Amino acid sequence: MLELSRITAGYDPRRPVVRGVSLTIGAGSAVGLLGPSGCGKSTLARVAALLHRPDSGTVVVDGDPVRGARHRATREQRTAFGVVFQQPRLAADPRMRLTDLIAEPLRATGRRDEAAGAVAALAGRVGLSAELLGRRPHEVSDGQLQRACLARALVLRPRWLICDEMTAMLDASTAAALVAVVEDYRAESGAGLLAVGHDRVLLDRWCDETVQWDELRLEKSPSGV
Amino acid sequence: MRGVRMRTGVSAAVTAAVVLAALAVPFAVPLDEQAVDLAAKLQAPTWAHPFGTDEVGRDLLLRSVYGLRVSLFVGVAAALAATVIGTAVGAAAGALGGWADRVLMRLVDLFSSVPHLLLGIFVVTMFRPGVWPVVASVVVTHWLSTARIVRAEVLSLRSRPYIDAAVSGGASRRRVTVRHLLPAVLPQAGLAAVLMVPHAIWHESALSFLGLGLPTHQASLGNMVQSARGSLLAGDWWPTLFPGLFIIVPTLAVAGLAGAWRERLNPRRRSELTL
Repeated sequence: MLELSRITAGYDPRRPVVRGVSLTIGAGSAVGLLGPSGCGKSTLARVAALLHRPDSGTVVVDGDPVRGARHRATREQRTAFGVVFQQPRLAADPRMRLTDLIAEPLRATGRRDEAAGAVAALAGRVGLSAELLGRRPHEVSDGQLQRACLARALVLRPRWLICDEMTAMLDASTAAALVAVVEDYRAESGAGLLAVGHDRVLLDRWCDETVQWDELRLEKSPSGV
Repeated sequence: MRGVRMRTGVSAAVTAAVVLAALAVPFAVPLDEQAVDLAAKLQAPTWAHPFGTDEVGRDLLLRSVYGLRVSLFVGVAAALAATVIGTAVGAAAGALGGWADRVLMRLVDLFSSVPHLLLGIFVVTMFRPGVWPVVASVVVTHWLSTARIVRAEVLSLRSRPYIDAAVSGGASRRRVTVRHLLPAVLPQAGLAAVLMVPHAIWHESALSFLGLGLPTHQASLGNMVQSARGSLLAGDWWPTLFPGLFIIVPTLAVAGLAGAWRERLNPRRRSELTL
């Protein structure tokens, strides 16, 4: 279970972007979060992935209350989440070849030996050829780079996936392929999913449940604004 | 565009010639820094002494080349050390944030608040005259701008999604800094180092000119310009002109190279220039 309760978060404590929002995702289930751009859904996704410390509110991951975000969360807590961002260009270190990009979480967590095997397996899964794996981010397309970013998010076999507008920059066939990869992984691992987006058709088909940003605030936080 | 390429080519050629001269000439022609020849004092340039001789009859061409060697050594050593310190402090401040950032940056402000030539003079006067105190004095006063540049770069990089991805992938603070942040700021830091070389050369000359840098018998461009002041008033121009040119030309050449590098790092600036 991923429980976000009464989260208030933002980049300036006087003007929070997210105010008193609560959201609960059951183990293994997939929730789509719909909202217009700029409403704060990406910030909420960052809070959920333990990448942003909320000004107030609590995050409980599988019964384990989280005391801080980023490096203040333990490595186990952080790596329980695989995160895929909207813009693969910004989410990839421009100096790393795709193969290193995908293997980086394994190396960072001291599992260097598994890197080669895991990269080969995941590359096949997301549809990246060996030749593409040797290239750097500026030498591949957005879609190819996003495939690598998804592989990186899956390489540590996270219990939760946070996809923040994962398919917004992609053409329809790549989007469908990546969603299929996520769903395959979830079916096999039982991981839960928070998919953030603004495309209702896609989220309705992809997720067990789709919630609208406005509903989230009114329903789940009766104390209101 | 052709002008830019031409400037880069000339700068590179001059820099290469200067470095080669500074490295090779002392092997070919040894210099006894204490030797004087009063019979040949203050001779205007001739074929035997193309730069003329100084007030105690020493050949100015040979002393200028030796002086250049000292200047280049001070310039490169000081620039490297200052860049390493500045990069370390800037990266630490930017990556750690919070109180560590505030403490480190107030330290930078503290050093910056003292006029840097004054601080440099203070440092050299604590030691016996020599090359290393001069290097130390330049380092102490010049790591500050690099620290600021690197910190600003790190701060702007730190909020990129790829850093988020690394944090989420379990990377420690140290790994994020060493593997993702530092490689991204190295080109900027390298450029700052190259830009610092000419500046450090000027500092060595200034300190020596003030009589605070290298021992007065040592062939250094600053010392030579300093001791030439008297003869300049008597109308003897060469002891000032040639060492002066040896200070100016190499620094312009290195600065030209650094400029070319900066334009490569920041292509938008280049297109603005050509438009």
